[in-house]
Amino acid sequence: VILASQVWTQVFWTSVLAGGLLAGVPLMFTALGEAISERAGVLNIGLEGMMLVGAYAGFLGAYYGHSMWFGYLAGMGAGMLASCFMVVLCVWLGLDQIVVGIAITLAGEGITSVLYQSQFSETQPRLGGIHTAPIPMLDRIPVLGKTINGEFPLFSQPLLVYLGLAFAVLLAWVFRSTNIGLNLRAAGERPEALDAAGISVVATRSYAALATGALAGLGGAYLAIAGTGGFQDFLTQGQGYMAIVIAMLARGRPIAVVVFSLMFGIALSLSGLLQIAGINLSPEVVHMLPFAAIIVALMLFARRAYLPPALALPYVRGAR
Amino acid sequence: VSTETVTGGTQLAQRRPRPARTVRAGRLLDGLIRSVVPVALALGAGAILLLALGRHPLAFYGDIWTNGVENGAWQDSATRMAPFLLIAAGLTVIFRANIWNLGYNGQFLLGAALVSGYGPGLVNDVPLWAAMVVLFLLAGAVGALWTLIPAVLKARYGTNEIITTLMMSFIGIDLASILIKGPFHDSTTPLPQTAVLTKMLPSIPGTRIHVGLLVAFAAVLVVHYVLTRTSWGLRLQIMGANPRAARHFGIDLPRLIVVAFLVSGFMVGLAAAADILGLQGYIRTGWNPAYGDTIIPFVFLARLNALAVVPFIAFFSVVSTGGDIAAADASLSTNFLLVLVGLILLFMTVIEYLGRRRELGASYLTPGLRQALRAPLVRRRSS
Repeated sequence: VILASQVWTQVFWTSVLAGGLLAGVPLMFTALGEAISERAGVLNIGLEGMMLVGAYAGFLGAYYGHSMWFGYLAGMGAGMLASCFMVVLCVWLGLDQIVVGIAITLAGEGITSVLYQSQFSETQPRLGGIHTAPIPMLDRIPVLGKTINGEFPLFSQPLLVYLGLAFAVLLAWVFRSTNIGLNLRAAGERPEALDAAGISVVATRSYAALATGALAGLGGAYLAIAGTGGFQDFLTQGQGYMAIVIAMLARGRPIAVVVFSLMFGIALSLSGLLQIAGINLSPEVVHMLPFAAIIVALMLFARRAYLPPALALPYVRGAR
Repeated sequence: VSTETVTGGTQLAQRRPRPARTVRAGRLLDGLIRSVVPVALALGAGAILLLALGRHPLAFYGDIWTNGVENGAWQDSATRMAPFLLIAAGLTVIFRANIWNLGYNGQFLLGAALVSGYGPGLVNDVPLWAAMVVLFLLAGAVGALWTLIPAVLKARYGTNEIITTLMMSFIGIDLASILIKGPFHDSTTPLPQTAVLTKMLPSIPGTRIHVGLLVAFAAVLVVHYVLTRTSWGLRLQIMGANPRAARHFGIDLPRLIVVAFLVSGFMVGLAAAADILGLQGYIRTGWNPAYGDTIIPFVFLARLNALAVVPFIAFFSVVSTGGDIAAADASLSTNFLLVLVGLILLFMTVIEYLGRRRELGASYLTPGLRQALRAPLVRRRSS
């Protein structure tokens, strides 16, 4: 039993960080995906559906494949499959991205619930524990090694978390210093210039949308496998929409996406921790705080959320 | 200019002018096809899905009909229509302005929380009709108030309203929950819920449909009249079609944006009042029917026409009333209906696209798509 005073001084703050990491990583993957497609000019409102499809496929993969890696792969695959609708209907045919996005979300919510209920409604199986990879030396620091609520210790995270953080850094480099990044940005900022340079806007946006689907699926899969250890209806609870907001607030910069995701993750996990620490603050108040903070920030710095000019507009060659 | 535009142009020029009546009938038929075909296709795709799940599709759809229409079940369906229609009217107004109010869930739940918090006391203190009017207006006012921040941010700074309305929606849902657990909590029960209303909206004589449905129909008529027959409706449409043109036209855009948001939120609030006062009677924490999510497709199917949305909402009310029971009978999750709605939306965008291409006399495939389909087969010539 941990005494309340001890909680405050020692384990509590490590747990807050570790909980933020656990809840923030799915948001991070999904928001990084959204950052890619927003930069390329595709607004993906269907993230929620893609996350759910990824979560369900990830759960299936991990359950039948007996390995979390099968789960992550299955989640990515399912997310890409869902984003194919986006690619064909929005990027190739130029249909309304918001309408198709809402459709993907609704269908994703429905189909995962139907399939889960018809297969697992009796058993509701749980997934086994997750292997973590401790960072040598750092994981021996005594205070940082303990958590209250069963979060992974701060320096002993699943391998995927390190990979995800590395991916964010890689993505920042790709955006800043490579031709691929330049093409992606041009597809969102000024698609006609990209077209004039001889590079297909449609192809660039298609790859971006596929990458978004894969990352959203991976985020969902991580949520199901490492976060909750199982699937349930509407597992994501609006996290897909949160990811959209994170990407917009971070203006598509990957490192900022990571920081915002962790902040949101902390807010999501804080309510449970506060209750364990004996502080009777209603969970709704804590849950509300990040959103309220964003609204206040938007009111104070109204132009913070920058969006590419060609966002959500289909590209038609020669149209003005 | 691509060749297809030229051939399309000559085709148009060669077409003989048709009498106005045929054109009008043709357009009506076109609209009908574009609205009904997506629904039919979605039901077909849903049938395939049901087969794949090992259910009998015809039995399932038959069950929806039995439990949604027959033996007086149509009255339950009609009761459900009231909040649906009010939300549809609110969304029609804001979508006409080409603005996205996606915060309807927060607006709805806040309105519902206030109505079920103040309702039980108010219906006993003042005459029923006065209490109902006050509660409807209260819910509408709260719904409108909850759009104010996104509206002002959009109007003054052009801040993306999708983000702000969604944020306000999350805050609103949490706030409703706090209200239900705190000031509005029914002290006679440990459950987190409000006191149950002792007096509800009266029924339409001879039925068990509450008068909220009449309020909803009235609201739809008013919205339709305002959108199609007043200068405000015209200004809204101009702004939706082309904000720059609207500004040149001398329209006060910021003010129009704010008013459109307020009207939209007001309608969503009224929907909450109709649902609580007519059907639910109380509210629990965690109750979030998210009606708006499933209403959006039908607002689009009706092509943002407030009157045309009525048959679609009637259809969806039957599907949702009968579908809840049919899904339980088939031991399926009721969320199967969400799949159907999502499919309707997808097919609608495709049909819309095909219709637009046909009107222009152009090929069904865009140049980009044709290239993408051809790309794997044709090797690019090196220049």
